[in-house]
Amino acid sequence: MAPDILQFIVYAAVVTGLAWPLGLYLARVYEGGATFASPVLAPVERAIHALAGSRADHGQHWTRYSLCVLAFSLGSFGFLYATLRLQHLLPLNPQGFGPLAPDLAFNTAVSFVTNTNWQAYGGETTMSYFSQMAGLAVQNFVSAGVGMAVCAAIIRGFFAREQKAIGNFWVDLTRSILYVLLPLSILMTLFLVWQGVPQNFLASVTATTVEGAQQVIAQGPAASQIAIKQLGTNGGGFWNANSSVPYENPTPLSNFAEMVAILLIPAAFCSMFGRMVRDMRQGVAIFAAMGILFLGALALTYGSEVGGNPAFARLPVEQPAGNMEGKEVRFGVGNSALWAIATTAASNGSVNSMHDSFTPLGALAPMLLMQVGEVVFGGVGSGFYGMLSFVVLTVFLAGLMVGRTPEYLGKKIEAREVKLSVIAFLVMPVGVLGLGALAAVLPIALASVQDAGPHGLSEILYAYSSATGNNGSAFAGFGANVPYHNTMQGIAMLLGRFVYIVPMLAVAGSLAAKKSAPASSGTFPTHGPLFVTLLVAVILILGGLTFFPALALGPIAEHVSMLAGQTF
Amino acid sequence: MESNTPIIRPTLVLLVLFTLLTGVVYPLAVWGVGQTIFPREANGSLIEVNGRVVGSELVAQSFTGPEWFWPRPSAVSYDASSSGGSNLATTNPALLAAVQDRIAALRSAESATSKDRVPVDLVTASGSGLDPDITPAAAHFQATRVALARGLDVGEVRRLIQDHIQGRTFGFLGEPRVNILKLNLALRNVQSHE
Repeated sequence: MAPDILQFIVYAAVVTGLAWPLGLYLARVYEGGATFASPVLAPVERAIHALAGSRADHGQHWTRYSLCVLAFSLGSFGFLYATLRLQHLLPLNPQGFGPLAPDLAFNTAVSFVTNTNWQAYGGETTMSYFSQMAGLAVQNFVSAGVGMAVCAAIIRGFFAREQKAIGNFWVDLTRSILYVLLPLSILMTLFLVWQGVPQNFLASVTATTVEGAQQVIAQGPAASQIAIKQLGTNGGGFWNANSSVPYENPTPLSNFAEMVAILLIPAAFCSMFGRMVRDMRQGVAIFAAMGILFLGALALTYGSEVGGNPAFARLPVEQPAGNMEGKEVRFGVGNSALWAIATTAASNGSVNSMHDSFTPLGALAPMLLMQVGEVVFGGVGSGFYGMLSFVVLTVFLAGLMVGRTPEYLGKKIEAREVKLSVIAFLVMPVGVLGLGALAAVLPIALASVQDAGPHGLSEILYAYSSATGNNGSAFAGFGANVPYHNTMQGIAMLLGRFVYIVPMLAVAGSLAAKKSAPASSGTFPTHGPLFVTLLVAVILILGGLTFFPALALGPIAEHVSMLAGQTF
Repeated sequence: MESNTPIIRPTLVLLVLFTLLTGVVYPLAVWGVGQTIFPREANGSLIEVNGRVVGSELVAQSFTGPEWFWPRPSAVSYDASSSGGSNLATTNPALLAAVQDRIAALRSAESATSKDRVPVDLVTASGSGLDPDITPAAAHFQATRVALARGLDVGEVRRLIQDHIQGRTFGFLGEPRVNILKLNLALRNVQSHE
């Protein structure tokens, strides 16, 4: 117990200590300022824009920016879909895997383009090395880059005064990759290889075990992909069981680094925001709200997991370590709970333990974090602009309470911004409750459910929360690789990505065009404990009330029956 | 200024360039560096005995004979080309039945220690199905059986276990553990020296 708490404290300290300065660096990157990397990277950047004809010095209106995001994502989808359908004709396929079925290729392509990395397939049994490297890993970079670019543009819109342009998408995308994702990934890869993550092109190794059996051990260029899947809140594993696989996550140290990588960039957006709007207190306030929600969720999951499985209480079993089904000895319950919260707070979705085998309340917190839209640090970029949609709603509610036109950062928040934020808010209920309800009644969908009783509903809720939230983690017992779910999950992922992006870019465009409204004595301050409390309350009340009925029938009902000794 | 910037050409050009940069140059570059500075790790941390690969220290393999320490149960039968957990819910009767079977099997195998309660990691499937470690308690739980099967002194086997316990990294990261493959290989050496 005590070492677990110490690990949590060190983790929080390291994430904060690294993310804060990284955010200040990000602000320079997105404001076009010179950084220490500029002497090397600026010429590369210029060459890229010359070749691409991106007209890097031209700002874009939010509509143009959105069009570029959509066009680039559509192009990415086309590239990736073609790669997966044609992998048997492409190089680097030592295992001789065939092409993916159309529904699985659609699902996987959407999944990686939307930064979800939901995996309906098992990596080591499906994907050629070419598909992993030149298909999936590329999308790990560019889908993360798109999220970061969009967030940078939205933040500019919040600060700009009487302007039409909110940035140039091609410049923001290129900078995200060159100045941030690629350098961090190189460092991370080498660290992981040092810890034991393979980076080779061997088909596999056949060992003759000590007892004389043959064991085929899958290999591959794993480290380079795992680095970016952690940093870019992608989460798609090189191997089926993701970061629980010892090759993917060999030691407590690799585990710590991979967990830090999950939250590093998302948390950095808070200090980047503070710097870009010229008021660090605003960034601190949002960081504080995220931190409070994070700690609350961690307490629930850890507290539930550390007690072990009550069903084993009557058996002659020692459970000093807690609920160990689906967990690895080197991580134990502490690191498994911390990872589960980090990966669902961010829209990462990688796992180092099997969430399907968590205790009901242990799995409730990750599910709820996804359902509120992954705004607790969240995806790279996407978490922060998701949080800004809640900020708009919060200042609106605060304005109603005091009877004044709400303001944020010296701008009047009016009906248009509130309506657009509500559209973004409605994405999660539509995806989780709408598509989830459909899956809960259609026989074709129900065939994928593994466990009976309330846990079966939890599997459906988790799957659609994960897809709509662009998370990608799963209750892996859920048999998702069937045409129905491949298609519906694909739709959920598209909804969760673009119906957030476009309305929030519209909010930014609308705010950018406004005049500044000087603060007066009646202005509700958006820093300090009162605002933080209100923001946390709005997230919990809006998110909680929306999903509570469904959660009551799933994990909460399961918890109560479990305590009564009932199995299903 | 916010005139119409192009859309289609940058989309195509950037996709091709980023595919080359992040999909080809980046993995190949770190492959080159990794193979140079960490060749053993980059190639899977394999363990060779007499020039033959017997496994990877990072990947569990099956041990069933009474003279060996046994790893945790695997939902994928230790198939190192298809990782996975059981994914059974805590309230699934199949989980309870599997655990009860494993307890019964262990208790009959460990007749000398059958009064002890079984450490939970020995009766629950790991997340990957390839967990290379067990807890120190789970290793000690098996010590008597292994010693009896090998005609070794139990104290000697326990000393071997103590030598193979990896503590928490820096004293606080992760959990104390024993690598099964390394422990069993060491066990084999002890016997062959006598």
